Amino acid sequence: MFVAATLAILITMGLALTRALMGPTVYDRIAAVNMFGTKTVLLIAVFAFLSERTDLLDIAIVYALINFIGVVAVLRLVEHGDFHSSGETVKKSTKVDSE
Amino acid sequence: MIDIFINITLLAFLAITAVAMVRMSNLFAIIMLFGIFSFLSAGLFVVMDAADVAFTEAAVGAGISTVLMLATLALTKDHKEKKPLGHRPWLPLAVVIITGAALVYGTIDIPAFGDAKAPPQLHVAPYYIEKSMPETGVPNMVTAVLASYRGFDTLGETAVIFTAGVAVLLLIGGRRSKQSDKKQDEGKDDEA
Repeated sequence: MFVAATLAILITMGLALTRALMGPTVYDRIAAVNMFGTKTVLLIAVFAFLSERTDLLDIAIVYALINFIGVVAVLRLVEHGDFHSSGETVKKSTKVDSE
Repeated sequence: MIDIFINITLLAFLAITAVAMVRMSNLFAIIMLFGIFSFLSAGLFVVMDAADVAFTEAAVGAGISTVLMLATLALTKDHKEKKPLGHRPWLPLAVVIITGAALVYGTIDIPAFGDAKAPPQLHVAPYYIEKSMPETGVPNMVTAVLASYRGFDTLGETAVIFTAGVAVLLLIGGRRSKQSDKKQDEGKDDEA
């Protein structure tokens, strides 16, 4: 069962990677990276049970936190154009990506 | 068996991501792919049971460096004009291939992965293998060494990195956003 879950997660990772490579807009890529991070968390969690090293679960939790912070930082950049604006004083819309 | 399959798949994804990063010209997409690259390497490290390295890779690679590169992109903007190559790529290609071949030749002498008779395993490793669990109670040996036996060393490293982070924040984060946008952009260009 864990093997089947691993295979499914790997396939999903492949799909997310494809979207990150092709994705026409910024939001496709951000969603793909977020998805990929989530799949990494799941892969580590499943692998922890598969190889019976359940102490790896803590690492999976840390990955989930890092993934969340990273995505929030990326979204802040896309919305405000920089990180050190508080979001109230400067409201300039910046287009970062257009292929 | 499934270990090998996971390794091969993750390494294939890693190679695809690396090639795509080299071929792309959209800087934002490349930074996103850097994040994916970090997650992939961290996954590989976990599969090879190097939990502490995976920890560092996830925190530094996927977390900090993605944010830093995005901040740099925000300060410098995305310059897209293509410059023509001023040189032939054959010499660099030859240098890279020769270096790679030398490195692969070097790996022939390396003991097999997880070999119990390898020199690094015979020095202080037996002590930690026998004593780390009763002495510290930490299930992962590397974590026991890093956080318990070398706890003060790790504390010092953390202090150094924290100081560096505070210094960087003081340098780039202290700018007030009261000026007009145009002025600010000029200042940023000068800085870059």
